[in-house]
Amino acid sequence: MKKYSPFNYVILPWLTAAAMLTALAMVFLYVPNERVQGAAQRIFYIHLPSAWMAFLGFFIVAGASAAFLWQGKRSADLLAQAAAEVGMVFCTLVLLTGPIWARPIWGVWWTWDPRLTMTLVLWLIYAAYVLLRVFAGDTETVARYAAVLGIIGVIDIPILYIAIRLWRGIHPKVEQMAPEMAWTLLVCTGAFVCLFTWLLWLRLQSLHLRNDIIGLRKHILVSL
Amino acid sequence: MLAILWKDILLELRTKERVSSLLLLAMLIVLVFVFALNPEQLKDPALGAALLWIALIFAGMLSVQRAFILEHERNCIDGLLLCPIDPGQFFFAKFLSNVFFLILVEAIVTPLTIALLGIPFSASLLGLPLVLLLGIVGFSALGTLFSAMTVRTPAREILLPLMLLPLLVPLLIAVVQVTGALLAGDVWTGVWLRVLVAFDVIFVITSWLTFGFVLQE
Amino acid sequence: MSNWVIEAHDLQKTFAWTPVLNSIACCIRPGASVGIFGPNGAGKTTLLRLFATLLKPTAGTLTLFGVDPLDPAIRRKIGFLGHDSFLYPDLTPEENLTFYGKAYNLPNLADRIDKRLEQVGLEDWRAMPVRHFSRGMEQRLGLARALLHEPDLFLLDEPYTGLDTSAVAILDDTLTNAKAQGKTVVLSSHDFDQSRDLLSQAIILNRGHIAWQSGDALPSAQEFIQIYRSCTHHTVPC
Repeated sequence: MKKYSPFNYVILPWLTAAAMLTALAMVFLYVPNERVQGAAQRIFYIHLPSAWMAFLGFFIVAGASAAFLWQGKRSADLLAQAAAEVGMVFCTLVLLTGPIWARPIWGVWWTWDPRLTMTLVLWLIYAAYVLLRVFAGDTETVARYAAVLGIIGVIDIPILYIAIRLWRGIHPKVEQMAPEMAWTLLVCTGAFVCLFTWLLWLRLQSLHLRNDIIGLRKHILVSL
Repeated sequence: MLAILWKDILLELRTKERVSSLLLLAMLIVLVFVFALNPEQLKDPALGAALLWIALIFAGMLSVQRAFILEHERNCIDGLLLCPIDPGQFFFAKFLSNVFFLILVEAIVTPLTIALLGIPFSASLLGLPLVLLLGIVGFSALGTLFSAMTVRTPAREILLPLMLLPLLVPLLIAVVQVTGALLAGDVWTGVWLRVLVAFDVIFVITSWLTFGFVLQE
Repeated sequence: MSNWVIEAHDLQKTFAWTPVLNSIACCIRPGASVGIFGPNGAGKTTLLRLFATLLKPTAGTLTLFGVDPLDPAIRRKIGFLGHDSFLYPDLTPEENLTFYGKAYNLPNLADRIDKRLEQVGLEDWRAMPVRHFSRGMEQRLGLARALLHEPDLFLLDEPYTGLDTSAVAILDDTLTNAKAQGKTVVLSSHDFDQSRDLLSQAIILNRGHIAWQSGDALPSAQEFIQIYRSCTHHTVPC
């Protein structure tokens, strides 16, 4: 059972809320319009941090998976599972904000440029990971399979990046950022990190609780 | 290890079901494309490349699953785990057996496809076997690993493609690019070749190392 | 003590995160014949599979012949016979046994195969695919497979279930021979009477714990039934 920690229960949610509100304010009120792209460019402040969080999530999955294979601790497995689900949420966000951004700027909903393609494949790997657990059930064996998938996935990412880059070309490159933009981006990223951590912690709590309840239930059944 | 390989081949000779169903599937896929498109469209080398690899991937999925489903009848997997073979050897045996069967199928399907699509013969086509081999090796490495996982899970036919395909994307891009170039009569660029080799090396080694975790209960 | 064939301390195995076996501690001497009894679901099969290195313990220590069970070489000394026969149905007995022989790297393979087939009485069917065998014949071939590499430790999971009389006779013969040769036998069963003559030790499992272990003195059939009843109706090991 996890101990009651004031940081997690009280500080983190409020911090996240404050950070997100600040970020939103900065995005809509503080930062000036981008020269070429106009107002639609503001979605970048959500798009980019989300992408970073999606990748962060995956690295956590890989790390937790390696720890699980090494030591077999249930907590590592639960961390991997929580990180995968939260990471997938942010990945979905990237894939949603991408087209919303692209439509007014380039006129199309989707292009096969390197970063979007990569995020799509990342999303598919996430989906595979989550669905593996859904379909195959909750046992140590499945946890091990998922861990192997996580590790292979993370090894695949660099190769994926290289292959996609070789194949295609464009994605808006950030050339120069006015200081206001840089600040906004920083604050947004910070807010997203808080959000990510808080969501991760929430999900982890619920997984641990579920684990404990199932354990208790089985314990009761056995001793009848 | 060789014993397992020998046994797989013997089993196949006896039942003949694996190679025949793979061939059939591959040819059916090609046929569907032939029906859907007119002869001029069919000559497009990019299409030919895509077609070849779609057929191979689907056939490959089937093949790689069969490798383990056969072991599951009468629980022979346990019989194998009882032998004094370490998981790495077990992996290589299954891996090589998968590669072997896929090579067999491709050796028949590729010339047939090229002929059916009406793609002109040129010297660069001689480079095809190498690309096919590299693609098959990469596919089989991850395929062996993941089919060993999914064979024990209920939704295995859905899970295997779901897990395998996203991870194979780099391989697919590289292999289709090179095949397309070859079919068009060009010489391929070295960079894709390097990607392929890197993919193969990395994933054969990784799969070999993690196979033990997959087998363990 | 590396003199024990099987040595288990505080062994635990979980399935789906629930313990199926808990705090198993036992030591089995070379040459002993141990019977594991207990109600269904007590964990007999799991324990045998742990001993056979088919499963890895979740916690605790297990040593076989004084060696870590993860070492592949130790499996040469272990023979396991379970509910499934581990035979490939599309191959003939000869091919099946040849395969296993090669996997174990056995010398004089052809002779061994001949001997085993004769021992289980399947000489005449060596060229017929196993798919066409009756269940009794398949069981006998399974036994031949388990014996092929002449293991020092025999692990049998309810070996008498579903056997016809000739197969039972063959099994009895085999186990008696093994005992005479000083090999260690561990089998699980529901029938104490049937195996009493063969055994030197008995263990009763209940709900994943060892409820009772005989010392070197086996009780009589009546006594055993008493002990068994009292052990399996309580939740606390006695």
